[in-house]
Amino acid sequence: MNNTKKLTTLSLLISVAMVLSYIESLIPAFVAVPGVKVGLSNIATVFALYTLGAPGAVAVSVIRVFLSSLLFGNFAMMIYSLAGAALALTFMILIKATGLFSEVGVSVIGGIMHNAGQIIAAAFMMENSGIVSYLVPLVISGTIAGVAVGLISALLIKRIGGHMKNI
Amino acid sequence: MQKKIFGNKKMIADIILIAAVLIIALSVFLIVELSRKEGAFVRVSVNGERVAEYSLSVDGEYSLNGGTNILVIENGEAYIKWADCPRQICVKDGKISRTGERITCLENRVVVEVFGKGDEILEV
Repeated sequence: MNNTKKLTTLSLLISVAMVLSYIESLIPAFVAVPGVKVGLSNIATVFALYTLGAPGAVAVSVIRVFLSSLLFGNFAMMIYSLAGAALALTFMILIKATGLFSEVGVSVIGGIMHNAGQIIAAAFMMENSGIVSYLVPLVISGTIAGVAVGLISALLIKRIGGHMKNI
Repeated sequence: MQKKIFGNKKMIADIILIAAVLIIALSVFLIVELSRKEGAFVRVSVNGERVAEYSLSVDGEYSLNGGTNILVIENGEAYIKWADCPRQICVKDGKISRTGERITCLENRVVVEVFGKGDEILEV
């Protein structure tokens, strides 16, 4: 893939990720509990990780967080999300590198670590370590969401991932 | 050759990983829950700074953070009766009475936490 194609593919994935996170913000059931998110946009990140590699996944995730917060959120949300994205990316790249787990395992760890990163950032920002008690429900919701996101990503990677190399 | 997605051996590794994570989370949750004791008072923090402590044995209604949240203490339990934020998460959090339990209002950066006897710093 040459640079122009890479840039275009990345832009496409970032727009998909942004649309997914916007759609998610519109569904009230998903935001009823604080911090509990399905993380639909993680589909684009996992897809990028498997088709464009780690740098692609980092670009999709970080730029998505930056643009989404700028358009639909606020500064605090950007800090929380960036912390979540950084932790999730680190662990997803490591878990994938072990070669032991499928897209589902990678995405579950990503979902959990995204929640954990947000909570840790919130604890620091509010100088209140007690917020960590939110962690357990977020781990459980992150796992369930991660399985769903992982299965969707696995299907997408199987169906259209191969074409990414040919464009 | 198409790679199989469902039913390959990585799926077993995934299930073990997920099970391990859930077991760790649940054990942490149980340990924290079982170690909770009956609380004596609540401490109110705004922006991470302690602003007030109210005894759980005295019923009362208190305005927090200049009126952004209203805290009620009733029958040894504390809850937020009213908040000015749109999501009302702290109101939905319900009643707290055991040590370590807390209500957090992220929007107003208000935290109400239950403490046990002897942890008082401010005057109750």
